Parts: sequence; C-alpha cells; structure tokens
Amino acid sequence: MTDVLQTIVDAIALGSVYALVAMGIGLVFGVMRLVNFAHGELITAGAYALVLTNHLPLVVGIAVCFATVIGLALTMEVAYRPLRTAPPTTMLVTTFAVSFLLQAVALLAFGARGKNVGVLSKLNEPVSIGDLRVRWVTLVSIAVGGMLLGATALILTRTDIGLQMRAAAMDFRTAQLLGVRSTTVIRFAFLLSGILAASATVMLVVSRPLVTPSYGFQLVIPALVGVVVGGMDRLGSATLGGFAIGFAAVVLGDVLPADGRVFLETALFLLVIVVLLVRPGGLFTRSRPAWERV
Amino acid sequence: MPDAVLELRDLEIRYGGVPAVRGISLEVGKGEVVGLVGPNGAGKSSTLLAIMGMVAPHRGDVVLDGRSLVGRSTEAIVRGGVSLVPEGRRIFPELTVDENLRLGLMGRRAREGSEADVEQAAALFPVVREARDRPAGVLSGGQQQQLAIARALVAKPDVLLLDEPSLGLAPKVVDDVFAALAEIRARGVTILLVEQRAQFAVGFADRTHVLANGQLRLTLTPADAGDTDRMAAAYFGS
Repeated sequence: MTDVLQTIVDAIALGSVYALVAMGIGLVFGVMRLVNFAHGELITAGAYALVLTNHLPLVVGIAVCFATVIGLALTMEVAYRPLRTAPPTTMLVTTFAVSFLLQAVALLAFGARGKNVGVLSKLNEPVSIGDLRVRWVTLVSIAVGGMLLGATALILTRTDIGLQMRAAAMDFRTAQLLGVRSTTVIRFAFLLSGILAASATVMLVVSRPLVTPSYGFQLVIPALVGVVVGGMDRLGSATLGGFAIGFAAVVLGDVLPADGRVFLETALFLLVIVVLLVRPGGLFTRSRPAWERV
Repeated sequence: MPDAVLELRDLEIRYGGVPAVRGISLEVGKGEVVGLVGPNGAGKSSTLLAIMGMVAPHRGDVVLDGRSLVGRSTEAIVRGGVSLVPEGRRIFPELTVDENLRLGLMGRRAREGSEADVEQAAALFPVVREARDRPAGVLSGGQQQQLAIARALVAKPDVLLLDEPSLGLAPKVVDDVFAALAEIRARGVTILLVEQRAQFAVGFADRTHVLANGQLRLTLTPADAGDTDRMAAAYFGS
C-alpha cells in the first residue's frame, strides 16, 4: 500500500510539472493556433541560465532564469508575428526550425556534454510522512504546480485580459471585431507561457540537474503528446492531458519490470495510440453541445 | 442628406484576383439608416468586412469622418467608432451572457459611461440582464441576436454595421429585432444594414442600395418597398 501511495505522490509531482509545460503550450495554441515546438527551448534556456549563475546567490539565479525564459518567450512572440495568418503547416515547420536553431546555438555555446545545475539540490533530500518517504522537490512540485495552475485559471476567469484570451481562443476573428487587441492578447499568452516554463525549469533541474542542448525538447515532446491526448482545443483539457502523461509515465515506470523500463516510452506511446483510437477528440473533451440555435 | 459619417469611395474587393465588389461608392449620413440588399454572393458581407479592416480593398477607400480606414487594424477601427454585428451572431457560446457583453466594452474609446451604456442595452434587450450568468450558447437564436446587437452597442459606436440580423430567425423574432433597431436609430446611431429580406430593409432604411454581382444597381426609398418588380430586375440584372 505504501508503495502504491509513493508512486501516486511521485506521479502527481511529475504530472504537475508536465501540466505546467502543457498549459504553456496550450495558452499559445489557444490564441494563435500555433503549436510551439520551441517551447522546450524556453526550458533549456532557463536551465542554462541556472548553470551560468551557479556561483551566484539562489535568488539571483532564479531571477536570471525567469528573466531569460520570459525574454526568450517574448522574442518568440515577435519572431512568430509574420506567421499569424500563415497556414498551420507553415507555423509548425517554423517552430520546429526555431527549436532546432536554438538547440544548435546551445550546442555551440555549451557543447554536447551536459552541464550540471547545483541549485536547490537540498530539495532532493527525503522527508518522512508516515510510512512514506518523499523528496522535498516532490512536495514543492505539487504545491508550486497547483498554485501556478490555479493562479493562471484565476487570471483567465477573473480579469479582462483573461476574458479576452478566452474569447480569442474560441474565435479570434470575432474577438478582433469586438476590439480585442490581438497583439496584446498574444503577447500576454507568451508571457504566461514563459512564466510557466521558467517555473517548470526550476523544479526540473532539481531532479534532472544535467542540462544538455536537448534538455527541454526531450520534455516538450511527451508534454505535447499530453496536450493532444487531453484535447488541444481547450486549455483545461490540454493541461489535464499534460498532467496525465506525466502521471502515466511514473506509474508505467513503476509497473514495468526493472529490465523492461527501457520500453517505458514505447509503452507510454502505445497507451497514447489506444487513447486516441478510442477518443480521437481528446481524453478530456466533452462532446460539443448543440449551441447553434434558430 | 446629413453630413456623411461613413463613405465608400470606388471600393473594389478581390479574392485571389476574382472581384467580389466592383467599385462601389456610397455614403451614410449621421443618424441615417442605409440598407444594402442583394442576392447571395453580391458582395454585401465583403463590403462590411472591408469597412472593418478584415479584408484589404484592392482599390478605393473607406472613409470615416473624413479619415481613411484603409490600412488600419480592425481593433483601431472598432476604437475609431465602428461596430459590426456579424452574420450568424458570432456570440461566444461558452462564455456567459455577461462576459459576452463585457467583451463589447473592449472596443470603447473610453471606459467612462460604460455602466450607463450597459444599462441602456439591458433596457433595450432585457435578456442580457435576465440571463447574465447563463452560457450564451443556451439562448434562443433571437436572444443570441439581441445579445450580439447589445454587445456591439455597449462599444458606443458612431456607426453600427449589421450583417443579416434576421438570418435564421422566426418572423415574430425578426419583428422584435427590427423594433429594437428602430429604437437604436431613434437614439441617433448611424446604421448600415445588410439584409437578405429586401422588403424589410427597404421599408426600414432611409434609402437602400441594391448590390448585385459586386455593383450597385439601384437605390430605393421606403416608398419603393412595394415595388418588387424593380427590385427583382436589379437582383437578376435584367
């Protein structure tokens, strides 16, 4: 029983991080219909910022990490502006290109061998909760993930800019016709996406301190799969999809025998295929209500 | 005719080289209601989209209060005082009625007086108050149309564009919508009305232009509302 609880707690923690990544992707997709493959490079940039500020006080390191990620996210918003009216395939290929370009830049700047982040390593120490032994980072990930997801939900539901973002995600053209400023809304989506990516970075480097040029890319692919599995059209379902993929990865890792763990990703993607065959619209989407009335 | 608030000057719109609107010119005076009728594909909605900056004109100009709107963003045009009630209502079904209305406020030039304008819209269309916390998607078609008009009105436009406000509505509901439009007109709002129900539009507007195949064919006044022969001739080009 303790083992099961242990697995569930770990799964919730990884699910929370993936949910942050998925929400960041979903926010941008919502207002631009753009799947930003380069979202992973926001995380990579943040992780390298932490590498470079290893010797500085923690607060400075985290501040530099956030500034780097948010700065890069806003730069991406400017770079993607000409794509706003482009076909989806053009957008997709471009974000792939930006992703590989940034990975190549990281490779040139930092080399292929990983760099170690030493910050917050104390969060890897365990804490006992009854029979459970949980690492601090697990608890912090759950708490920070929950808080950030809640805060983002509050922004979306309680503020004018949130309302404009939701409207733009549903029908961008009509939102524009009502005077919603498209650039403001898209920029805000990238800003939120950057904040979520920076937060995910800080939590990730604790348990995965070795940063390589493909650090974020390796994370963003399963998160993107989660977004698709959850349902891309809605931010909530996309976020839940991200959470589910992180959760499933931990549970599968625990269920698989030790010598079969190399097949973890195979098992995960098999599960995804089954889910998409059964519910192609997404695991957490509802059937569309009959809104059209006469 | 009162001083022109909105002018279309030799407006031509093309889609991929194919002309949809072929050099039309018209004026809408302050406080006037001008109708634009014509068969499907005549170019009516394209004209409205060009006014809103959603479609770039191939040639010609759209002028509001003496200033050209061509090249300006849709958001800037809305803030400049033009609101569109789009074809098919285009309310946000998953947002509440109140949230839909609040979105209308985003196009205002100034926030001052927004409460009073919301109250005015609610007085005209009680559904926006009665159903304020319900998802807009559960409203009937007529109520959705009322919400769409209220949403445009709270932006406090100088010129209100309406694209097929009677589309898909039962006759009784159409009467209600036009009764509300009459009140809006009485408040001095300038209206450009695109409508498929030609007789309705001709009877309601100060003057109505018949658009066919992208060209203005005829201009009618309320006195011509019964002249179906002339209208049919203009529609079908004979």
